[in-house]
Amino acid sequence: MKQSIYTIEEQTPLTASVFRMRLRGDTSEITSPGQFVNIRLDGRFLRRPISVSEREESAFTILYKILGAGTAQMARMQPGMKLDILTGLGNGFDVGPAGAQPLLIGGGAGAPPMVWLAQELLRRGASVTAVLGFNRKDEIFCADTLEALGARVVIATLDGSAGVRGFVTDAMRELPYTYFYACGPEPMLKAVWRTARTSGQLSFEERMGCGFGACMGCSCRTITGYKRICKDGPVLRKEEIVWTD
Amino acid sequence: MDRLSVELCGIRLDNPVIPASGTFGYGYEFAAYYDINCLGTFSFKGTTREPRFGNPTPRIAEAEGGMLNSVGLQNPGVDAVIREELPKLRACFRKPVMANVSGFSVEEFAEVCEKLDAEPQVGWLEVNVSCPNVHGGGMSFGTDPKAAAQVTQAVKRVTKKPVLVKLSPNVTDIVRIAKACEDAGADGISLINTLLAMRIDLKKRKPILANVTGGFSGPAVFPVALRMVWQVSSAVRIPVVGLGGVHTAEQVIEMMLAGATAVEVGAANLVDPWVCRTIIRDLPGVMDQYGIHTLSEIIGGAK
Repeated sequence: MKQSIYTIEEQTPLTASVFRMRLRGDTSEITSPGQFVNIRLDGRFLRRPISVSEREESAFTILYKILGAGTAQMARMQPGMKLDILTGLGNGFDVGPAGAQPLLIGGGAGAPPMVWLAQELLRRGASVTAVLGFNRKDEIFCADTLEALGARVVIATLDGSAGVRGFVTDAMRELPYTYFYACGPEPMLKAVWRTARTSGQLSFEERMGCGFGACMGCSCRTITGYKRICKDGPVLRKEEIVWTD
Repeated sequence: MDRLSVELCGIRLDNPVIPASGTFGYGYEFAAYYDINCLGTFSFKGTTREPRFGNPTPRIAEAEGGMLNSVGLQNPGVDAVIREELPKLRACFRKPVMANVSGFSVEEFAEVCEKLDAEPQVGWLEVNVSCPNVHGGGMSFGTDPKAAAQVTQAVKRVTKKPVLVKLSPNVTDIVRIAKACEDAGADGISLINTLLAMRIDLKKRKPILANVTGGFSGPAVFPVALRMVWQVSSAVRIPVVGLGGVHTAEQVIEMMLAGATAVEVGAANLVDPWVCRTIIRDLPGVMDQYGIHTLSEIIGGAK
């Protein structure tokens, strides 16, 4: 973990509520896809945890959705402005068990970490398919980036305005895959966990206090005991997950 | 360094800065980020007799000037703390540590304290009769002078180490509770624990916290904490450890001027993991600015 000041280099709207922000600064602690950063905002006590979408030598990119006052404040910031950020948080995805045909599943705001993950898997010679789920066609983002990287992209929309009508699990049904990686809202993760035909890894979201394992605010049960989503996760293996509701 | 040193219940602290329980784990988590031997001491995660997962999530909510938590005393239980956590703590911290203890009965408080009394590195026992997030325990002992006194007496019987009783602000008269603890033999008082609070999610029209209520902490509570430190330290003869919303060297001095012998830093650790080191580094400069030669001379100095 490292605390450092980052300069906003780019701030681009991707949809009505999703923005891409590129931040220049020290990326030495950002080591694997699925990790997140924790952003301090003026006038807000708690930092905002947001997953890393892409990492470069001295910059990284986040794709964030306006969900509340904090992210709305971020969206008003301009290139050149600076942010205090904790980086290198969370365990990230393990690309080891991916096999030849990994399936990446991103639901809504859970899509961003799939970009860096796809880059890593493609670099290792895997044939990558990404299933992205959204409510409507005008909410789609990440799909073009993933296609440009060389991943096959399958879209699912709830209203059928693009791709398969339904949930990501409807789009997954006929697809071949050797392993899966999922990130998205908990009901989606649960449905994926229930229906996936292979082993896989799931990245969870929870309201966090610190983001680095100190406050026990985001604890969950696993088959091997309690884990902190922020420090021992956010990525959990399919086999260790215990659903509480 | 002597300019910063204070004495808390017969034990010398290099400086009065103490990370508060529940925001600093068992220390080793933070030792990965800086040498925690710069601290006066720290109060480790509230420990109970049995292992506890705590409350369901969400356990965290934000508010203007702070945060709410309803963690509910998640901890591995005193035996695992002694077996697994304290050896790791010992490996990175060479000073006496403050052991924070909670319980659901007078007997449990005493049993946990008795076990921790046998640990050489434990310098003080901080008895938490003020956790707002557990039912049938914690705060229910800290809102009744008789119950608080009973816990204090029971704990004092099983340990020779100094006992600090950590009080809740969620009472009509905190002075009465503090005096009851003093009369029952407490060696010190720490205050304040979090303020009972809640938030509601407008989209879901439900409380944000799964536990409905939680404890509010952070910069917004500082003036409340300061007022209570002032009141309690004016009424008791034993030392008072002040906490609540502290995140700067100036506030450490303010707390001490109000009557605190030492100062705990809580929620601030969660947004700036290095904040206690920064406060300690800032203290000499701020003391110079206000013409303070040593910190020990300013305790209660505003009275």
